[in-house]
Amino acid sequence: MGKTLFEKIWEKHIIKSIEGGPSVLYVDKHFIHEVTSPQAFKGLEQRGLKVFRPQQVVATVDHNVPTINQHLPIKEELSRIQVQTLKENCEKFGIELYGLGHPYQGIVHIIGPELGVTQPGMTIVCGDSHTSTHGAFATIAFGIGTSEVEMVLATQCLMQSKPKLMRINVEGTLNRGVVSKDIILYIISKISASGATGYAVEYAGSAIKNLSMEARMTVCNMSIEMGARCGIIAPDETTFSYIKGRKFAPTNEDWNKALEYWETLFSDDDAKFDAELNIKAEEIEPMITYGTNPGMGIGISGYVPSLNDVDTKDKPSYEKSLHYMGIEPGASMKGKKVDYVFIGSCTNARIEDLRMVASFIKGKHKANDVEVWVVPGSKQVEKQAIEEGINKIFEDAGFLLRQPGCSACLGMNEDKIPAGKYCISTSNRNFEGRQGLNARTFLASPLTAAAAAITGEVSDVREMMNEN
Amino acid sequence: MSKSINIITSTVVPVNIENIDTDQIIPARFLKATSREGFGKNLFRDWRYEDDDESKLKKDFPLNDKRYNGKILVGAKNFGCGSSREHAAWSIKDYGFDVVVSSFFADIFKNNALNNFLLPVVVSDDFLQKIFATVDTDNQTEIEVNLPEQTISILSTGEHENFDINNYKKTCLLNGYDDIDYLLSMREEIEQFETASN
Repeated sequence: MGKTLFEKIWEKHIIKSIEGGPSVLYVDKHFIHEVTSPQAFKGLEQRGLKVFRPQQVVATVDHNVPTINQHLPIKEELSRIQVQTLKENCEKFGIELYGLGHPYQGIVHIIGPELGVTQPGMTIVCGDSHTSTHGAFATIAFGIGTSEVEMVLATQCLMQSKPKLMRINVEGTLNRGVVSKDIILYIISKISASGATGYAVEYAGSAIKNLSMEARMTVCNMSIEMGARCGIIAPDETTFSYIKGRKFAPTNEDWNKALEYWETLFSDDDAKFDAELNIKAEEIEPMITYGTNPGMGIGISGYVPSLNDVDTKDKPSYEKSLHYMGIEPGASMKGKKVDYVFIGSCTNARIEDLRMVASFIKGKHKANDVEVWVVPGSKQVEKQAIEEGINKIFEDAGFLLRQPGCSACLGMNEDKIPAGKYCISTSNRNFEGRQGLNARTFLASPLTAAAAAITGEVSDVREMMNEN
Repeated sequence: MSKSINIITSTVVPVNIENIDTDQIIPARFLKATSREGFGKNLFRDWRYEDDDESKLKKDFPLNDKRYNGKILVGAKNFGCGSSREHAAWSIKDYGFDVVVSSFFADIFKNNALNNFLLPVVVSDDFLQKIFATVDTDNQTEIEVNLPEQTISILSTGEHENFDINNYKKTCLLNGYDDIDYLLSMREEIEQFETASN
């Protein structure tokens, strides 16, 4: 019987399988950041251990960093200490750190691919659930907890059980105004925030194949939002040409050798999946979420489910969610006022996202009472945006281009949405308080977020594109 | 942290809410610590207090309801979804829970819990509803979680169910072993694997 893409990579990394238990999985690359690593380093020290393979670890700072005046010391003491602790740990244990001010600093899931560290066939982990992003490059990439960060630092291995396998085929052509973020929000709305728990999900089909690498990363990034252990996409010419020439990409003979292996990474025709889902790209509209988990999303012309559409057992949680959001059951999302627009995060802060927004807003201006933040995913994205003159377009439109970091995705740094306010956000989570205490989040694509920035309310970007 | 788990008999704290994500369990603003201790006081912080103000208790939240206490936390389906923050498991354990019961756990949370000797027990949807209903009628209802036998029982009614856990993890929990001890014992095999792969 044939093998799936996931199995081909998985089997190559198993050192030992325990009867009736997990397997010992070898990890090729380990990304770390300031929030989920300090206790792991402390654990190593308590056990008197060194980092086993420091050259396979890449560190950066992203969650805690301010996105203005990064040249100044971080104002908040605890954030400053955490960032400083990572610096000290990296020095002590011999790990490369792309810290504040470094030209490669940025959100961990943006810099890995951008530097060519992320390559097909690898196993990649990070103490961050959005590690699934790297699966766009045909890697097994997943988020881990701090105890597991410690295990990988100590041994370059983890104890893991093999997940079940699901394939999601998206066939056809995306409608105008519909982008990869809408694909993944649509999938999650179909199968729920727990619909892929226990699975590794392979995305396939012509609509996925036609996506750029950056768009594929957006899809894989949100795999965790339906509970998936990881997302994965078979590599092709798009993948190879993205990687070629990047800083840590193989060169010359090594490139040829790598390519030969990468070309074997696909699911065989007779490979078996535990679940399969087929989606027509034409069905997908620009998406918007209305509730407090990413599965609570609808097409922009749709309506929030009424109470009759919800199972009796699920009603209390549903009502709690809508109450928090200040949204009525059965309502349309179109026309809902927004106070903030956040374009950023590991989901949508790459150069293509910024270009997409810039080309849409060129010649337009934001609505008066809306604050718009554009936060590039990395120093390299920021530099590129400035070189291309995109920063001028943002400035003319009243959008504030900030400095790289996780920013308003998670209410941990200075960038928070005030209580009760509505933010349309290109990030990945609309949980209660995610963007700040009592803040309310609508998740959407960069295009739909940009449309709301212009009108000041949730809008159908397709109608605004027709104006041109 | 108490290492090793065997039989736990306790009253429970029921939080009958679905999709409890780890941002609710411990909001991001409390992740700035560099140690593992002391997260319990901020467990479910924003569901316990209005406006982040400890003098303004949200009285209807079960952790603030004096009728409920114990070592077993019961949540509705898809418990622990979202962020991989192990701080969620630390905060539940630090608050004083040894077991979390739900009909469905998110993968990363489940691993994090196991790595902290916090036992995640998966029960059927029916059994979960029975626990909620029984506790609703009698908040002093005791639940017994028996790891060696892999059973969970509602003592007042005698209803019980088996739960799954892989043998390796069970042995770890019963004996207080960490994954890291096992992995460290494999260093030689890991090095051999590296040599063979290159």
